Amino acid sequence: MSESVDDLVQTNAEYNAGFVTDIESETLPPGLDESVVRFISQKKKEPEWLTEWRLKAYATWQEMTAPEWAHVHFPPVDFEAISYYSAPKSQADGPQSLDEVDPELLRTYEKLGIPLHEQEALAGVVKPSANVAVDAVFDSVSIATTFKDKLAEAGVVFCPISEAVHSHPELVQKYMGSVVPQKDNFYAALNSAVFSDGSFVYIPKGVRCPMELSTYFRINERNTGQFERTLIVADEGSHVSYLEGCTAPMRDENQLHAAVVELVALGDAEIKYSTVQNWYPGDEEGRGGIYNFVTKRGLCAGPRAKISWTQVETGSAITWKYPSVVLRGDDSVGEFYSVALTGKVQQADTGTKMIHMGRNTKSTIISKGISTGRSQNTYRGLVRISPTAAGARNFTQCDSLLIGDSCGAHTFPYIEDSNVSAVIEHEATTSKVSEDQLFLCQQRGIDPEKAVSMIVNGFCKEVFKELPMEFAVEAGKLMEVSLEGAVG
Amino acid sequence: MTLLDVKDLYAEVAQQQILKGLNLKVNAGEVHAIMGPNGSGKSTLANVLAGRPGYDVTAGDVVFEGHSIVDWEAHDRAHAGVFLAFQYPVEIPGVSNMEFLKASIDSKAFANDEAQPAAAGFIKEVRKLAQSLDLNPEFLKRGVNEGFSGGEKKRNEVLQLLLLQPRLAVLDETDSGLDIDALQVVAEGVNRFRSDDNGVVLITHYQRLLEYIVPDFVHVLADGRIVQSGDKSLALELEEKGYAWLT
Repeated sequence: MSESVDDLVQTNAEYNAGFVTDIESETLPPGLDESVVRFISQKKKEPEWLTEWRLKAYATWQEMTAPEWAHVHFPPVDFEAISYYSAPKSQADGPQSLDEVDPELLRTYEKLGIPLHEQEALAGVVKPSANVAVDAVFDSVSIATTFKDKLAEAGVVFCPISEAVHSHPELVQKYMGSVVPQKDNFYAALNSAVFSDGSFVYIPKGVRCPMELSTYFRINERNTGQFERTLIVADEGSHVSYLEGCTAPMRDENQLHAAVVELVALGDAEIKYSTVQNWYPGDEEGRGGIYNFVTKRGLCAGPRAKISWTQVETGSAITWKYPSVVLRGDDSVGEFYSVALTGKVQQADTGTKMIHMGRNTKSTIISKGISTGRSQNTYRGLVRISPTAAGARNFTQCDSLLIGDSCGAHTFPYIEDSNVSAVIEHEATTSKVSEDQLFLCQQRGIDPEKAVSMIVNGFCKEVFKELPMEFAVEAGKLMEVSLEGAVG
Repeated sequence: MTLLDVKDLYAEVAQQQILKGLNLKVNAGEVHAIMGPNGSGKSTLANVLAGRPGYDVTAGDVVFEGHSIVDWEAHDRAHAGVFLAFQYPVEIPGVSNMEFLKASIDSKAFANDEAQPAAAGFIKEVRKLAQSLDLNPEFLKRGVNEGFSGGEKKRNEVLQLLLLQPRLAVLDETDSGLDIDALQVVAEGVNRFRSDDNGVVLITHYQRLLEYIVPDFVHVLADGRIVQSGDKSLALELEEKGYAWLT
């Protein structure tokens, strides 16, 4: 008989995406200097301006130090021990169509449940009702982007960013670094120097993107870092919903993932960005797992623009991530919906920044943190109302749920208000899944594992309902798998 | 037919001996009232029967429908038909009452290899039950017991009793904190549940409840054992004389 909640918080949850793809890769030896930056740029046949841009970022990065203010603890990262470029050999020349993609890679994504065959995706073979265009990024390169033609009909550009550099240089040059400058922070500067691939999206004026766009990131190679860069530009009056998923094999050593995501919404445009982050979290003792140090920021550049971040974070050994919105346009709207679940010895320091600059700008923050095992889960948020942001409003709700006695939940909300007409509301709760609750469920025939999953799902409801349908189902399942550890 | 046979039961909580050789036999069709002063072990008995973690049987046996269940987990006992109505039903925010009831009935059906009820018919049935207990069906959309008054929580317990139709119902001071109207509604629900196929163990501090739910037997629990048994007249005698003369 299980004695207490604490006893339930024990065994290891299954990490379903932990397999390794056996494929020959071209991988740079570990270490970082100018020649590595030049190599990556050359490999992608980049124009001169971009090579210079990278080198400038590298020089900036060298003068910076890693941030230490987050509520996370780990030995210093040895940036000389990481390889900054790895690509499957078979993809050397870049496949022109899906038929040319290495079948081993296709199988990898199939195993992960990501439909790369357009026919099957359309026929619903792989995933029912999947009408989603996918850009699949494997280590440092994008291996396939589906539904390009169909999207092109609507004028939508969806391609690897390395390709966009050549096909839409004016857009890339105009917007890259415009929301997250090279010198923004240590990891953003590193990313700017060595970013490998990622997705580029452009939605033309007045266009409603006809399907969900999604990028699936996979780290495979040992000792490599993944430094992807995503740029989404929604022109005036356009609309796009974008999904992002991430997994990695189970390995004993830590791997670094330092991405930059920039969103630009012009007047009346709307971008909805959803993430299900399931990087390998490491084992029970904290061996291995991904360091997820990510900079995500959106700019509501014009009036009535709207940017909405929804994230479900269950993976990574350490998460350091604050998807933010700069509300520059009058009447623009920023939203942040987050579920962060930590177990084992995972550490998460995550939240958002809402920077109000325009008049009558509105932001909503709903954060749900769930801690199990010996994990530490921190919400860190900033709401800044500039003097120009007359009539700005913010609502923040920040809830923490603890399962067991060995985990921690922390909340650091910062509010900076420089305009008297602003209205800011903040609500916060911390609760515990109690033994009384578990026993009530158990007495009604619901076993403890199911009970915890039901209680946690109830706790997260407000965020899950913001996810697109396919993702909501996936997120629910993911939570169940991640919680298996909590209720052995 | 013997439903429940508690044999010379010793149990402890937090290393403290609470039950000290308790015997109790409940046949199908019978209602047994357990009365006794505070601290006599009434709630411990209820929790031990339901298999609550932390309540350890150190000697003796609990036999339910011919099976010793002392080693069974609480949810396995629930599936077999043991039901505990809580003295203080706990709140589960975010999980709607309806969702909770469906999960409960589905778990039981799954464990017993039975078909799970279809959602539409199930919802109708639950709403009807709620109305019969004077519970606003809107409550079913709210979190389990979330923001319910004391009386509403107890009526919710009776709703679960009527829905799950267990073989053995243990009611732990279901009358505590109820006004007379709520008490009547709860008693009416329990009387509706009573049949020749099931048994009820009614734990109470006061004789008042027994005016509405008439027991076949009344037992007095003191210091972890049953010290006196009789019919319903024993309850009246206790009301008059108190417990002191028995111990």
